[in-house]
Amino acid sequence: MDCSPPGSSTLSRPGRGSSPSRRLGNVRGAAGPSSPPGRRACPPAPGASRLSRAAREELRRRLLGLIEGHRVVIFSKTYCPHSTRVKELFSSLGVDCNILELDQVDEGASVQEVLSEMTNQRTVPSIFVNRVHVGGCDHTFQAHQSGLLQQLLQQDLAYDYDLIVIGGGSGGLSCAQEAAVLGRKVMVLDFVVPSPRGTAWGLGGTCVNVGCIPKKLMHQAALLGQALTDSRKFGWEYSQQVRHSWATMTEAIQSHVGSLSWGRRLALRENAVTYVNSYGEFVEHHKVKVSRRPGIRSVCEVCFAFFKFVIATGQRPRYLGIPGDREYCITSDDLFSLPYCPGTTLVVGASYVALECAGFLAGLGLEVTVMVRSVLLRGFDQEMAEKVGASMQQLGVRFLRKFVPVEVQQLEKGLPGRLKVVAKSTDGTETMEGVYNTVLLAIGRDSCTKKLGLEKIGVNISEKTGKIPVNGEEQTSVPYVYAVGDVLEGKPQLTPVAVRAGKLLARRLFGGRSEKCDYVNVPTVVFTPLEYGCCGYSEEKAGEVCQAENLGVYHTLFWPLEWTVACRDNNTCYAKIICNKLDNDRVIGFHVLGPNAGEITQGFAAAMKCGLTKQLLDATIGIHPTCGEVFTTLEITKASGLDITQKGC
Amino acid sequence: MAALRGAAARFRGRAPGGARGAAGRQRYDLLVIGGGSGGLACAKEAAQLGKKVAVLDYVEPSPRGTRWGLGGTCVNVGCIPKKLMHQAALLGGMIRDAPHYGWRVAQAPHDWATMADAVQNHVKSLNWGHRVQLQDRKVKYLNVKASFVDMHTVCGVSKGGEETLLSAEHIVIATGGRPRYPTHIEGALEYGITRSCCPVPTSPSLALLNCLADVALECAGFLTGLGLDTTVMIRSVPLRAFDQQMALLVTEHMAGHGTRVLRGCAPERVEKLPDQQLRVTWVDLASDRKDAGTFDTVLWAIGRVPETASLNLEKAGVRTNPVTGKILVDAQEATSIPHIYAIGDVAEGRPELTPTAIMAGRLLAQRLSGRTSDLMDYSSVPTTVFTPLEYGCVGLSEEAAVARHGEEHVEVYHAFYKPLEYTVPQRDASQCYVKMVCLREPPQLVLGLHFLGPNAGEVTQGFALGIKCGASFQQVIRTVGIHPTCAEEVAKLRISKRSG
Repeated sequence: MDCSPPGSSTLSRPGRGSSPSRRLGNVRGAAGPSSPPGRRACPPAPGASRLSRAAREELRRRLLGLIEGHRVVIFSKTYCPHSTRVKELFSSLGVDCNILELDQVDEGASVQEVLSEMTNQRTVPSIFVNRVHVGGCDHTFQAHQSGLLQQLLQQDLAYDYDLIVIGGGSGGLSCAQEAAVLGRKVMVLDFVVPSPRGTAWGLGGTCVNVGCIPKKLMHQAALLGQALTDSRKFGWEYSQQVRHSWATMTEAIQSHVGSLSWGRRLALRENAVTYVNSYGEFVEHHKVKVSRRPGIRSVCEVCFAFFKFVIATGQRPRYLGIPGDREYCITSDDLFSLPYCPGTTLVVGASYVALECAGFLAGLGLEVTVMVRSVLLRGFDQEMAEKVGASMQQLGVRFLRKFVPVEVQQLEKGLPGRLKVVAKSTDGTETMEGVYNTVLLAIGRDSCTKKLGLEKIGVNISEKTGKIPVNGEEQTSVPYVYAVGDVLEGKPQLTPVAVRAGKLLARRLFGGRSEKCDYVNVPTVVFTPLEYGCCGYSEEKAGEVCQAENLGVYHTLFWPLEWTVACRDNNTCYAKIICNKLDNDRVIGFHVLGPNAGEITQGFAAAMKCGLTKQLLDATIGIHPTCGEVFTTLEITKASGLDITQKGC
Repeated sequence: MAALRGAAARFRGRAPGGARGAAGRQRYDLLVIGGGSGGLACAKEAAQLGKKVAVLDYVEPSPRGTRWGLGGTCVNVGCIPKKLMHQAALLGGMIRDAPHYGWRVAQAPHDWATMADAVQNHVKSLNWGHRVQLQDRKVKYLNVKASFVDMHTVCGVSKGGEETLLSAEHIVIATGGRPRYPTHIEGALEYGITRSCCPVPTSPSLALLNCLADVALECAGFLTGLGLDTTVMIRSVPLRAFDQQMALLVTEHMAGHGTRVLRGCAPERVEKLPDQQLRVTWVDLASDRKDAGTFDTVLWAIGRVPETASLNLEKAGVRTNPVTGKILVDAQEATSIPHIYAIGDVAEGRPELTPTAIMAGRLLAQRLSGRTSDLMDYSSVPTTVFTPLEYGCVGLSEEAAVARHGEEHVEVYHAFYKPLEYTVPQRDASQCYVKMVCLREPPQLVLGLHFLGPNAGEVTQGFALGIKCGASFQQVIRTVGIHPTCAEEVAKLRISKRSG
């Protein structure tokens, strides 16, 4: 690979000398101050330069070129004793080094700044061998002792892959694909541990197999049921009682899911990404053991990825930890491919998964009860959450609030069988019993970070959530290990977010780009029978951030035109925006409950990215007749207390 | 005249009450002629701001005798019934999808009368709602046909022939337009109908639509969707005012879904056959070959004429465009006579859209009351054509962008996509398409967005705001998508036409 000199004069490459080491950069200017005693490594000089974004990007590209174009690159300072030790080590091994003395070049401080962004290591020396960031002086000597350094130096044997992605979901695949497009050798490890009920699936992760895709399709099936009812009012004539066939629906959906999963495999093959349907586990630094089952060493192959690792293992549904839950209950992992109709169903939980599943099951004509410990849709705007709940109640979903199951017993085997659920009140000793065909647990999801051997290499995991904390570049506490998707601490758990983050990560790692994933104002939609779309802050959160008295909350109920003829309720759909009065009435929260909320919300999210204000909303002309136009005519503030109900039928 | 003007001036700011003046005429602060979307919005807003307002509305029956109540085109014979019939047609598609999703339902026949009744009931409730709203805000409503006597006086004639004289400080003309009949074609007036007559009680089992405008394609779309054998005849290009690539896709989709499209043809004659069917003769303009066919119904949708003929505008001195017949207005919506204004479809150069008329009316009322000096911004008006595959757009078409900025300065990002809901019933998605027209120079300002697919109206609305905010391509694609929706395809656009 040709390495253009990183700078015209300051970083020019001198001619090859007899010394085994080459110096990158001329030895111009005064010698730096002598090394302060007792320092382990040399931090950047005080008052490091403030680089413009473009300059930083350019420098980063040049450094990457340098690292990739040479077998060994040492970023060093002439006065640093640790740097000297490292140089001596490589010299004793008879290895040709490229050395950039940061105190000898004009841009030294900038280089160190950008370097620390890239590696999370602020000090020199910083050593790269065959593109792998080995670390500082101590790391290099450790690597030398363990034999790792020698392996690294044997270029062809040094690594099998540039990147190993553990987890073949939306985030992992997008990162792998992008890295492959950028010419890297990539391996994806994906293995689905079957659910306690034995459900497993192919490549593609939660979204494709047991998430967004099958969910939206079942939601669509339920909407079609509603459309059938409506259609009589619109003149379509059929009299027979329409029944729904669970098997027909799941077969159709599973066949689509299967084709998507297959498509993912094809796409990997086309990009020459190695896909291994196996479990990956770290055994030591830079080493991943690949095995069919976690903890079993039988089929075992050790792979090296000396460049980067990406953890994208996502999450799996949580169980209650009560008698009978794993034996008799199902989760969303099982529901979408359930071979029989679930019948009368108890949904435990109030997460969006719980409400979505309860919603479409009810829409398909099943009797559905939702058991909720405390609030609906925690983290979402609570006024909206309650309205979502109320709209589901209108459809016949029963809610049991402030109860938690304590035991599940099987009364009768069968497909579905009959289960008895004993539940206890959360604020008393009251217990209750109910009999259901199916119990669906949707109480939350746990990150799949426990059996990856992350502790062996020192990747921090949050004790409480089991999630992986990362910096703004999706980097974990171990510099060469990154994470994207649902395993991230404090980031939205959404497919498009993971896809975006994965792609941008690959571009930063291998494409010399610096764009980071922006986790602000991410729009999302809950596909309950009446869809709920939102972007930005909930009213509660906005109150915390901007103080309630600075907020202008505009809202209205609305009646979609399509509902009029169908004689559906005229005071169910609801629109709300939250504006910050101190910031030019900027819209900081957008909430809509109504048909096609997903389609409506997307554009508004784009507008919020561009600094949408209430004034601009008022100045924009509506599209008539749609639901989205309601936002261009919002007049009533919550503070005014005026009536927002729609009159007439 | 001078005395009259003086009287009007003295009236300024006086509270309601004492409606009849000395000359037996009613005096108002504001007189609105035309009770459609724009007129009503203007009247209600002005009344809210304390003005004494009267609305004059009169619907001249169509040649087939169809008439309707308060609310104008949108409510009675426009957006509302159209979207409801569009919805009825969409529901037909959903019934076809339903078995794939497990619903055991046989394909059902459609009953026109049930739908038409349901639609008319809703329309009537809206008519009533408008009357109640006027009453609530103390706006005088007169069901009279208005014509100018002079620049301050309007004469209203009721159905019974009773005359009322009204005068006002400000007069707003919002009479809208009515469908044009091709009177040069033999039989057109006698046997053809227009959209105004759409809620006909009997089902048109075969329909021929002759079109220029979006109206024709919308009607043809839902008639086909309701199971009728429908033919559209287009003289030149469909959806002339819109992006032509999108227009082509729209017609392609319709042709692929059962609508017969005759392009480059012009009708010559309509005759009634003994069995009550209509025989239409047309000529293929390219080959000059004549052809004919029989239909149950012939619907004309060749454009609209502004409703100004009976207003006696010349008596007030209000000038119109001699070609279009529309009233000439300035940015303040004022006509050639400063205290007479025109809004909505009757005004020259305005988009013929309900929400623009409403906003223009409200802003005008606010300006007349001194509440604001804001002018109506007619740029970047989003709109949606409710063809079976809906087409939503905002901003410039590709042609307009190229014409304005030059081809080398325009970058067009585009993508075909497949809505998730189409996968299970294996619907054809070959016309689902989205394109964003941007300036080429960074930051690549978005000039126009064109979206063809389900729920295009809902998708387009928010992006219209984005464009109003001066969105750049980078900002739009940095917006995280909502998965799985059709709207996320906009945020996923990456490929430019130039890159191929």
